[in-house]
Amino acid sequence: MSKPLKQIHLAAHFPGVNNTTVWSDPAAGSHIEFASFAHFARTAERAKFDFLFLAEGLRLREQGGQIYDLDVVGRPDTFTVLAALAAVTDRLGLTGTINSTFNEPYEVARQFASLDHLSGGRSAWNVVTSWDAFTGENFRRGGFLPQEERYSRAQEFLATANELFDSWHGDEILADRATGTFLRDARAGAFVHRGRHFDIHGRFNVPRSPQGRPVIFQAGDSDEGREFAAASADAIFSRHATIEEGQAFYADVKKRLAAHGRRRDQLLILPAATFVLGDTDAEAEELAREVRRQQVSGATAIKHLEFVWNRDLSGYDPDGPLPETDPNVDEEHISRGRAQVRMYRDPLATAREWRELAAAHRWSIRDLVIHTGNRQTFVGSPATVARTIDAFVQADAADGFILVPHITPGGLDVFADTVVPLLQERGVFRADYEGSTLRDHLGLAHPDDARGERERVAS
Amino acid sequence: MSSPSADPLHLAVALDGTGWHPASWREPVARPRALFTAGYWADLVAEAERGLIDFVTVEDGLGPQSSHFFDPDERTDQVRGRLDAVLVASRVAPLTRHIGLVPTVVATHTEPFHISKAIATLDHISTGRAGLRVQITARPNEAAHFGRRTVPGIDAYDSPAAQELITDLFDEAADHVEVVRRLWDSWEDDAEIRDAATGRFIDRDKLHYIDFQGRHFGVRGPSITPRPPQGQPLVTALAHQTVPYRLVARQADVGYVTPHDTGQARAIVAEIRAEQAAAGRAGQVLHIFGDLLVFLDDDPAEASDRRARLDDLAGEPHTSDARIFTGTPAQLADLLVELAEGGLTGFRLRPAVLGHDLPRITRGLVPELQRRGLFRRAYEADTLRGLLGLARPASRYAPGHPASLVPQSTPIV
Repeated sequence: MSKPLKQIHLAAHFPGVNNTTVWSDPAAGSHIEFASFAHFARTAERAKFDFLFLAEGLRLREQGGQIYDLDVVGRPDTFTVLAALAAVTDRLGLTGTINSTFNEPYEVARQFASLDHLSGGRSAWNVVTSWDAFTGENFRRGGFLPQEERYSRAQEFLATANELFDSWHGDEILADRATGTFLRDARAGAFVHRGRHFDIHGRFNVPRSPQGRPVIFQAGDSDEGREFAAASADAIFSRHATIEEGQAFYADVKKRLAAHGRRRDQLLILPAATFVLGDTDAEAEELAREVRRQQVSGATAIKHLEFVWNRDLSGYDPDGPLPETDPNVDEEHISRGRAQVRMYRDPLATAREWRELAAAHRWSIRDLVIHTGNRQTFVGSPATVARTIDAFVQADAADGFILVPHITPGGLDVFADTVVPLLQERGVFRADYEGSTLRDHLGLAHPDDARGERERVAS
Repeated sequence: MSSPSADPLHLAVALDGTGWHPASWREPVARPRALFTAGYWADLVAEAERGLIDFVTVEDGLGPQSSHFFDPDERTDQVRGRLDAVLVASRVAPLTRHIGLVPTVVATHTEPFHISKAIATLDHISTGRAGLRVQITARPNEAAHFGRRTVPGIDAYDSPAAQELITDLFDEAADHVEVVRRLWDSWEDDAEIRDAATGRFIDRDKLHYIDFQGRHFGVRGPSITPRPPQGQPLVTALAHQTVPYRLVARQADVGYVTPHDTGQARAIVAEIRAEQAAAGRAGQVLHIFGDLLVFLDDDPAEASDRRARLDDLAGEPHTSDARIFTGTPAQLADLLVELAEGGLTGFRLRPAVLGHDLPRITRGLVPELQRRGLFRRAYEADTLRGLLGLARPASRYAPGHPASLVPQSTPIV
């Protein structure tokens, strides 16, 4: 008997502050007006996607001491937009990236519990960490956290937030007019947390929300990040979107679950993926090349090279050869507020490799950045893309994808109209929502059920 | 600066739970089990918008409600628990078109950077209808929810120790609002250029560090959120004494005060106006609204009976910082006219029972005021500032703006 087909999970990442967004396209709309977010969310819901995803950055990125101006700059407040999107959608999950370094558990727990109430059980939290003093300059505490402690704080932050979510059980509000009893329990919401990062106590003031707790995402790729996810997350927003890397990552993370007493289906692996669609594969390939050139202007190529060289390269011609000079590895990085630069762990080796590549292919600086940067994950006709996505999922390279279109807000429309129906025909994607909460869409148990199950196993 | 009483009045409605009387949830018209649903709040704001109300405020707090001023209680006979007010306002924003949305934010334990971008975002979502009501918390139990500092316990509001603490918390709140406001200005209006020729999405010369350094915190900026449609969303605060009056005079667009008669109103208004002039804001519009808790019925006896019945249910007469009114919509209109003689430019009404008294504001009081030529017959502006007669200010960092000549690191408060 053959293995049953896995059902694919799909999500939509609002394009914005990242280097794949093409803001110069005539079809590109506002990245800040609510109408753009509403359009994007409605498309995702029309296509029966599991959820919408918002990223976050708490300080505008800088390079060479100046605000980086070549990508989209500026974004709204995550919670506030998600709450408003709950008004223009009925089923779509609403996932927000919220930092565990420059927030406090009581406040974040209130906001997620409120969002979960206001959306009827559709909230999710992508827990991220930072430590840099650069971002800290916008906050009361400044840069207070050593890098090596960021996961320890994130872990305790999440554990504390969970204690707050669980401080109400869901049956406290009686609202019995006759006896005048509003609360069944005078101590509803009572909590005490004494830990290394948080020492707090009192009463949480938001009653139990429909999902109990928001769905938890984790996005880090380090060993610590994977452990954090295996211990505490419901889903991973990963970056491994080739089939081999995806399978290796998938196997590694799923293997870690048992040590935390969890089953393989209790953590979903959802890589970020970009796509370019055309009527034919050849047309899509051609379009993908054009998009790459739009994404990497000459000015962008120089700035990208500076990530590796860590020097001002503004004097170089993007259509000319790579610098002969070596990267500066001695000084603080000129790019700030950008995780990407940490990918280049050995800049001297990267520079050497890139010079060789450029020489072999006769590539200019811009050609090199276009070719070595991230190629689109899925390129082809709708049939090709549907088949490829399905193949990834059935081969356990992923449980689905978080799609990042390159045009705001209409970049998802063509995917919704052409690829989704083909996935539905293949029987691997829902034709309609079956439940009303994000946990329902993702096949995740309500925390109360999970608690019940643990207690049953224990007894 | 002040407004003669013949000018139209402004009206705000304060939303809190099932209403401002602690037994309000027991009324048949109340929906206590719906308090934590979006539909409940959407219905209330829709009703207020039907009545052409300037704006609603939404109460909030960083701990459970309490019948004590500084301490928690363990009562089970009153509404406990609430949703985040900014998110409630945001949830209803796409469902409304004209009414202003003014959630409460607490300045004491929160990050001004987060608050600033949240209200800027609410302003983007509502296309120019956002504001905030800033409040402090002096409750030790709420400080323990954050664990970042301790707040000493206070027995009496008027003790010297209490006054010292409260002054300190209001000073911090003033810094908080200053940072929130600077961050709203930190992007000039035309900072986004999308210049395909040079590949630049923004003109970074139009983004500004705010470099605020105060006693409690420093914030570098700029905001991550572009300048909101109103430029500066509405800043409001409730004030009962000199220290908060000063915050209103220096930082607010609307202050809520609690006079119990016209003489008190006149004295409070004079004090705030003097502070306003001292703060160099004499030429700016600053509304001073009177807060009133209202029981409205077609028959005045019905209203006072209802109040008595709710007091009985609560086990004690409800007292309030604001004057409590019982009577008909026409009697309330008379009172508003009388209090406005003291220089108040509007009122924030706290319905005793939202399900009962809000519709009597929108369907009784509002038509009564319209008949007297004292209230709008249609929304006359697209933004909340517009409804309140506040011009849209240029960014303080824009070239040629007087404030842009002031060194940016000098705190204004």
